[in-house]
Amino acid sequence: MDPRRAPRTVIDPKVRQVGFFAPPDRSQSVPLSQSSNSPSSPPLSDLSPSGNSLSPVMIPPPRHLSDLSSLPITAGLPPTRLSPPVHRFSGESVVPIGSYNPSEFASPSVGDLFEDKNARSPGPRRSRGGGGSAKIASSLPAGGFELPPEVKPKSLTTVSVVSNLRPNVTEKVGEKSIESQDGSGANSKQPLKEKTSKAERRALQEAQRAAKAAAKGGNGVANIKTGKANSVQKKDNASVAAPSEKRLADHKDKDRKKDAPHPRMQFDDATRVEKAKKRAIVKQTEVRNRVELFRHLPQYEHGTKLPHLEYKFFSLNSNSVHPAVYKVGLRYLAGDISGGNARCIAMLQAFQESIMEYSAPPERALNRDLTAKINSYISYLIECRPLSISMGSAIKFVKTRIANLPLTLSESEAKANLLSEINHFINEKIILADKVIVRHAVTKVRDGDILLTYGSSSAVEMILLHAHELGKQFRVVIVDSRPKLEGRLLLRRLVAKGVSCTYVHINATSYIMHEVTRVFLGASSVLANGTVYSRVGTACVAMVANACGVPVIVCCEAYKFHERVQLDSICCNELGDPDAISKVHGRKEVNHLMDIADNENLQLLNLTYDVTPSDYVSMIITDYGMIPPTSVPVIVRELRKEQIWSG
Amino acid sequence: MEFRRGSNDDGLDRRFWGRSQALWSAAKREGRYPSLPNDLLYLSHWFSSVKLTQNSVIMPDTHTLVNDFLNKLKKRKIEGSKATAKLTAELLRSVISQQRLPNTNQAGALIHAIKAIGEQLTTANPVEVAVGNIVRRVLHIIREEDVSLTTASIGGLSLQGLSDDEEDNPLVSAAAAAAAARTTLRPPSLQTLLEDMTPHSAATALHHSSSSAGDSEDKTKSTDKNSRSRKLKHNVIETVNELIQDIATCHEQIAEQAVEHIHHNEVILTLGSSGTVIEFLCAAKEKKRSFRVFVAEGAPRYQGHTLAKELVARGLQTTVITDSAVFAMISRVNMVIVGAHAVMANGGVIAPVGLNMVALAAQRHAVPFVVLAGIHKLCPLYPHNPEVLLNELKSPSELLDFGELSDCMDFGIGTGSPLLHVVNPAFDYVPPKLVSLFITDTGGHNPSYMYRLIADYYSADDLVLQQRPTS
Repeated sequence: MDPRRAPRTVIDPKVRQVGFFAPPDRSQSVPLSQSSNSPSSPPLSDLSPSGNSLSPVMIPPPRHLSDLSSLPITAGLPPTRLSPPVHRFSGESVVPIGSYNPSEFASPSVGDLFEDKNARSPGPRRSRGGGGSAKIASSLPAGGFELPPEVKPKSLTTVSVVSNLRPNVTEKVGEKSIESQDGSGANSKQPLKEKTSKAERRALQEAQRAAKAAAKGGNGVANIKTGKANSVQKKDNASVAAPSEKRLADHKDKDRKKDAPHPRMQFDDATRVEKAKKRAIVKQTEVRNRVELFRHLPQYEHGTKLPHLEYKFFSLNSNSVHPAVYKVGLRYLAGDISGGNARCIAMLQAFQESIMEYSAPPERALNRDLTAKINSYISYLIECRPLSISMGSAIKFVKTRIANLPLTLSESEAKANLLSEINHFINEKIILADKVIVRHAVTKVRDGDILLTYGSSSAVEMILLHAHELGKQFRVVIVDSRPKLEGRLLLRRLVAKGVSCTYVHINATSYIMHEVTRVFLGASSVLANGTVYSRVGTACVAMVANACGVPVIVCCEAYKFHERVQLDSICCNELGDPDAISKVHGRKEVNHLMDIADNENLQLLNLTYDVTPSDYVSMIITDYGMIPPTSVPVIVRELRKEQIWSG
Repeated sequence: MEFRRGSNDDGLDRRFWGRSQALWSAAKREGRYPSLPNDLLYLSHWFSSVKLTQNSVIMPDTHTLVNDFLNKLKKRKIEGSKATAKLTAELLRSVISQQRLPNTNQAGALIHAIKAIGEQLTTANPVEVAVGNIVRRVLHIIREEDVSLTTASIGGLSLQGLSDDEEDNPLVSAAAAAAAARTTLRPPSLQTLLEDMTPHSAATALHHSSSSAGDSEDKTKSTDKNSRSRKLKHNVIETVNELIQDIATCHEQIAEQAVEHIHHNEVILTLGSSGTVIEFLCAAKEKKRSFRVFVAEGAPRYQGHTLAKELVARGLQTTVITDSAVFAMISRVNMVIVGAHAVMANGGVIAPVGLNMVALAAQRHAVPFVVLAGIHKLCPLYPHNPEVLLNELKSPSELLDFGELSDCMDFGIGTGSPLLHVVNPAFDYVPPKLVSLFITDTGGHNPSYMYRLIADYYSADDLVLQQRPTS
């Protein structure tokens, strides 16, 4: 029908073949989905993604038989739109349990089924989690980014879900008419392809929800992503028995409201700032001369409140912040813990501690009360320092898990479940992910290489050390910049291990770049448009490398990927301590700005992050493999799917 | 060595010469040599150069001046191309004024002497191209003055032949002719271009003219000779004085153009510090333009802090950023205005370290990258591998304190090669394609036009200061 459809469906397998996905990826997807079915006992050992990375640049072997059988459908030039859905599902049921079937949901036949419905829901269909993520934190970006539909999702579903889909098909078909009534009008401009994928997603979600509802005897666990939104969850709980179409309609309204990107706390909005101040535990003081361009960001004096807060630690009452969380917050504030992974792990461990000592009040349900508690912790942490993307991702995970705790579990069971889930997250998403990244990246280090890195990235450090342990002969150029001078710490650690290093300042990058053969960079986050959100200065280094024709390799764990998009470093950033600019560490003679710091004409701007355009990045190494920056949205989408299914 | 006590020199010079010679011989007797071994080296250099230049004699006290300056250059005591250029010009002026000139081929002798000094100066600090620039400028001035003088004398002779009443006032007519010659020589005509471009023909022309002048001189009286040699010297010194004046006032001339380039509410980014940039921005501020300046601090020297202080004191809205934030901020910047260390003939810029990064970022965001450069920064050479060859590595202590990593440095000891390098270059090379505009004291120019500007200021003969060893 639509001529654009056919090539797109063909694109899918191609993309997967040229991509650097290690073949065991599929095995990874399986345990994940298994764990989704039995969330109480996550098979940790099965999940090791490190086992997946046999060869990072291996072309996946020929597909599974069932895939092959379905290939003609996906790859056939005129997609067999007319094939009856029944046939499709009957074919599906042959698939052995746990097998990976990428074309399962890419098949247009499913889309056919819901095509009509989709034509009526043109708005960006975020999963219900939109509400939840919006609630997470004022500074956690939850932009309503719609995933580009170019690449078909590699489905992480299991057959159990698929088989559940079948009974639901009829329900869906019935739903279609209702949907068409309250739908917001067809949008013919919407590419058909997108519709299909949306339809699939929705269908699967519905199917899953129905399956769960049936399985749990009407416990009505909310949709996975919804977990964070109490209100949505409440609604779910209340309307277990209600017909699913009604619920869906409710959700749709909610979705639409939440579809607009959640505004991060904009600090130029006086009323909201006032409100936030009233609630605040950490009463930060504004800096004297705010930078005009960054009025939308908090500009606080740093370190002034620390002694007071430390003192307050001993008079914490039990209702407010848990001591462990409080401690972590103070360490963020003092700058003891920095770096996406370190901050994330510290936060999760503090949460674990607080969960361990938590007991639900008798009149409230555990998951609701705990969510509220976690929310208060998070808002405290935000006051200390704006959340990193990695933390946002972890928070999303924790909240989902809390919301999805089966109500049948006793409190101790639930707590144990949560603790293991969090451990699981730390192990799988951070520690193992780093191991995978190291394995991939080490293949890119050859003897005689001169590798350049900027600042101090934990992933890059691991790569360099591992390569050194493997006996590769290379030299590392560490580029550093004020005010944090994190490169010095990295230099110290590398030199102590016997890696030969060159230390330069960021201004000398273009001098040293002519010798360099590869640039390895860490990232705070990778955004959906392929831009790399990272420590300020990364963009400069990547730009110079690009100008000198040196490949730039960004190493970033997949959990730090975010669906937000950003074009410049101004709109969304974090401002550090302005006094760090005027004071030059170790250089007493440079103090020209000290005596005029109060002058109203002088502003000191200490940016923390910047945004590297995707065209400067040659490759992103993540735990899913080595991908070009254009494939980031695929990973983002994949991740979200995973969350949906494994929740 | 042969010293010619010329009859045409005044007693003052002789006295100086005698005294310093005595001092020198006394020092030699006592075995008391000038304190630094470098001095000795340069002395030997000097003697050899004196031997080579048999016709010219450098006065010893200019020699000490030269040595002082050489030492300062060697030890990098002189900061900034403007100061260096000024000092070089002053030094050359005093050298010229104390130079004793032979009767024939005075210009050639002078050029030879200046070249000898110039060679030493440029080898003392090859990175500070301002020295070489000024030496070449002075050489060019000598050549021009000589040409104008010979044309004037020829003119004077012809005038002499024509009418007798001109004879009692030859100076005036000569000066007028010289001025006329200068004006006719200066504007770029095809002939001057050709002369500039072909050193051999120019040199032969010069020799020819001087020899013909010598021939004509033979007919004139000795007093006339005397006045002519003085006149050459006088004219050259006069023009060198103008040059020094130019160097001193180039800031103001550049700053005058500020209003043409900075509009209201502009956002300007600069890195490090440059006197020219301060003057430029302040000139715009004085003309009641209100704009905002982002100053990247320019680590590891942090001159941006001084610049910011200066600007704040003059009431400009100034924001200090780290160098790493340049890429983040450049998207909100309307113009990048920076100073330069030197401008090469191809339009490339030797600039304080970090500016290549700024230029790349500016190009990425289509922000004009404007370089302010006084004429003394124009270098007539084409750079080859300038990042390395026209660069200088500064002390690593600006980046890492000595012994800071000594506790974890046990590894590299046995292997012989040090484990840790600290690289601290002083300059960056910005290729011409990244530069939008040069603003010099003669106005704004495209990078592609710099070669032409340079052809106006320098003679093609002088591009290579190294003298060929005489066989």
